[in-house]
Amino acid sequence: MAETKVSAAEREPEAQSASPEGQGKRSLLRSLGDRMRSAEIDYRLAGMLLALAIIWIVFHIITPGHTFLTPRNIWNLSVQTAVVAIMATGMVLVIVTRNIDLSVGAVMAAVGMAMAIVQHDWLPKWIGFDHPLTWVIAIAVGLVLGAAIGAFQGTIIAYVGVPSFIVTLGGFLVWRGVAWWMASGQTIAPMDTLFRNLGGGSTGTVGGTWSWILAIAACVGIVLLQFTKRRQRRRYGFRQRPMWAELTIAVIACGAVLLLVGFLNRYYLPPALATQTGHEGENISLGLAYPVLIAIGVGIVMTFIATRRRFGRSVYAIGGNPEAAELAGIKTRRTIVKTFTLMGLLVGLAAAVQIARLNAAVSSLGTGMELNVIAAAVIGGTSFAGGVGTIVGALLGALIMQSLVSGMVLMGIEAPLQDIVVGIVLVLAVTLDTIVRRRAAK
Amino acid sequence: MIDRSGTPLVELRDIRVAFGGVHAVRDVTVDLYPGEVVGLVGGNGAGKTTLIRTLSGAHPADSGQILIGGEPVTISHPRDAKALGVETIYQNLALADNIDAPGNVFLGRELTTRFGNLDDSAMEDATRKLMGRLNPKFQNFVVPVASLSGGQRQSVAIARAVHFNARILIMDEPTAALGPAETKQVGDLIKQLREEGLGIFLISHDIHDVYDLSDRITVMLQGKLVGTVEKTEVTTDEVLAMIILGKRPGEVTQKDLADLH
Repeated sequence: MAETKVSAAEREPEAQSASPEGQGKRSLLRSLGDRMRSAEIDYRLAGMLLALAIIWIVFHIITPGHTFLTPRNIWNLSVQTAVVAIMATGMVLVIVTRNIDLSVGAVMAAVGMAMAIVQHDWLPKWIGFDHPLTWVIAIAVGLVLGAAIGAFQGTIIAYVGVPSFIVTLGGFLVWRGVAWWMASGQTIAPMDTLFRNLGGGSTGTVGGTWSWILAIAACVGIVLLQFTKRRQRRRYGFRQRPMWAELTIAVIACGAVLLLVGFLNRYYLPPALATQTGHEGENISLGLAYPVLIAIGVGIVMTFIATRRRFGRSVYAIGGNPEAAELAGIKTRRTIVKTFTLMGLLVGLAAAVQIARLNAAVSSLGTGMELNVIAAAVIGGTSFAGGVGTIVGALLGALIMQSLVSGMVLMGIEAPLQDIVVGIVLVLAVTLDTIVRRRAAK
Repeated sequence: MIDRSGTPLVELRDIRVAFGGVHAVRDVTVDLYPGEVVGLVGGNGAGKTTLIRTLSGAHPADSGQILIGGEPVTISHPRDAKALGVETIYQNLALADNIDAPGNVFLGRELTTRFGNLDDSAMEDATRKLMGRLNPKFQNFVVPVASLSGGQRQSVAIARAVHFNARILIMDEPTAALGPAETKQVGDLIKQLREEGLGIFLISHDIHDVYDLSDRITVMLQGKLVGTVEKTEVTTDEVLAMIILGKRPGEVTQKDLADLH
C-alpha cells in the first residue's frame, strides 16, 4: 500500500493551504469542497444524483399509498425513460456542436412506420410470418433509414450552411408528413413476436438471474475501469486520486447498482401470467427490460465515443471554438455530418423500441418527443452555448423528467399541470446551472 | 548576420487577396530564411494578418505563389500548412476554451493508443515535458483553458506550435495580451527557437514589440509592401516613417521624422 501513502502525503500540504484558520460552517463546506476536488468528483453529476434522490423520496412520501418507491413503479419508470434517454445521448453531441435537431420526433414516426411496414407487410410475403430474422431485418432497416435521414440533414447543415434550426424544423414537418403518407394515416399492428420483446413487455426482459449477472459484471467493470486509470496515471507518475476516494466511489457505485437491481428484481410476473407460463404461485422476477439495457448500452458506448475517441474530442472542440477547431485542422464539416448521422441512428433505435412497446406504428408516433429529448439533454447540463454537456448527464436528465411525470401521474395530477411543473423545472435547472457556472468562472 | 545565400525557407511571391472589391493585400512579396526572424509590421488594416493567413492556410490567396524550401506549394487548408511544417500562433490564440491544455496542444493531432482511443495520459505527459521547457511555472493541466490567465493561454498556444517540429513559425501579435515578465519570456523563447534554426514571422502593429527581436523588418501599408529593411541599418523612427508615411529610409526627410513626434 505504498502508493496510498504517497498520495496521502501529496494531498496533505494542499489540504492545509486550502483550508485556512477560518472556522464555522464556511470552512466545513470548504473542506468538503476540497475533499470532493481531490476525489475528482463532478459536482454537477453529484448535484443531479442528489436532485433525483430528493424527487424520489419526496414523491414516495406524498403519493397516496406511498407507491412511488415500489419495484413496480421504478421498473415502469425505467422502461418509460429508455426511449427519450437513447435519443438524448445523441442530442447532447448535436447541441455541443452548437446545433439543434428538432426533427427527432418526426423522424421517429417515419422510421417507425417504415420498420412496421417492413415487418408487417413486406417480410411475411418473402420469408413468411414470424420468421426468426424478421426483427433483425426490421431493426437494420430502421437504423439505416434513421442514419440516412440524419446524414442528409447534416449535409445540408454542414456543407450548404443552412442553420440546423431551419433544416430540422423543415424535417419536423416533412418526416411527419412522410410517416402519414406511408400508410395513408393508418395504424399498422401488430408487430412481429420477437421484435415486440424490444419494447420490454412481460417477455421483453432478461429475468432475475441474468439481471444479477449483469449487475455483478457492471461492478467488475467499474472496479476494472478505476484500476486501469490508476495504473495508467502511475505509469506517468501523475497525481493519483486518493485511495480513500477510490474505495468510496467503488463502494457507492457498486452498491447503487446492486441495490437498484435487487430492488427491480422484486417486481414479479403478475400471478395470472405466472400461471400461464407454468409457474403457478411462484415469484418470477422480470428483471431488467430490454429497452433499459439498450439505453444503458447506448449510454456506455456514447460516453466512450464522446470522451475516448477523436471524433468526440473534435465535437467538443467545435462547440468550444469552431474557428479554432478548423484552424487546428479538424474536419469540422464532416464531424457535424457524423454527429447528425449518429443522432439519426439513435432515433432509428429509439423508434424500434417505441413501436415494439406500443405493438403498433402510427403516424403520430413520437409527437412532441423532440422537446423531451432536448429538455433531457439540457437538464443534464448540456449548454446551448456549445462545448459543454455529458452523456451521463443527459441520461439522468431524462430520468429526472420521467420521474417527475411518473410521480405526478401517481398523485393524479392532470396533464396540463404536469406540463407546467416540467416546464418550470427545466427553466429552474438551467438557471441554477447558469448561476453556478458564472460563480465558478469568477 | 543571417546567411541569405541559400534558398529561402519561405517565399511569398506577388500575393494578392481581395474581399469583395476591397484589395486587402496587393502583390506583396516577402521571404524568410532559416534561423531568421522577420518582423512584419504595419498599422491596422495594413494587410499583414491577411497576408500571413495565406501561408497558414486560414485563407487562400487569390493569386501569387508560395514557395517552401524553393518548391512551389499549394496551401488551401491549415492542415496543408501544418504538413509543410508551418505552425501559426493566432492573435486570438485559437484555443478551444472548454478543453484542457493537453487537449488543446494536441487538438486535431491527438495521440491515440493502438486501438485508436485517445491516450490522454500520454498527451498530458508530453505537455508537461513541453511546458517544463517553455513555462516551468505552468501547472494547470486538467482544467479547461478558459480558466487560465492570458500568459498561460499564450503558453498553450506556443506549446502547440512548437511541439510538432515546425520549421516555420508565424506569431501574430504574440505579446499583445501579456505583462512585462511574460513578454520577456516570449522574447527569450523566440531567440531560443531562432537558435534552433526555425524561421519566424513576427507580426505586430507596434514596431517596438518586434524591433529588438527581428533580423529584418517588412513594412506594409494599405495592403501594399512598403519595403523590407535590415534591422541594423534602420532606426525605429525610420521604420515608423515607413509604417505611417509609406516612405522608405532613403525617401524620408528630417522634417518627416520630426513631424512623427
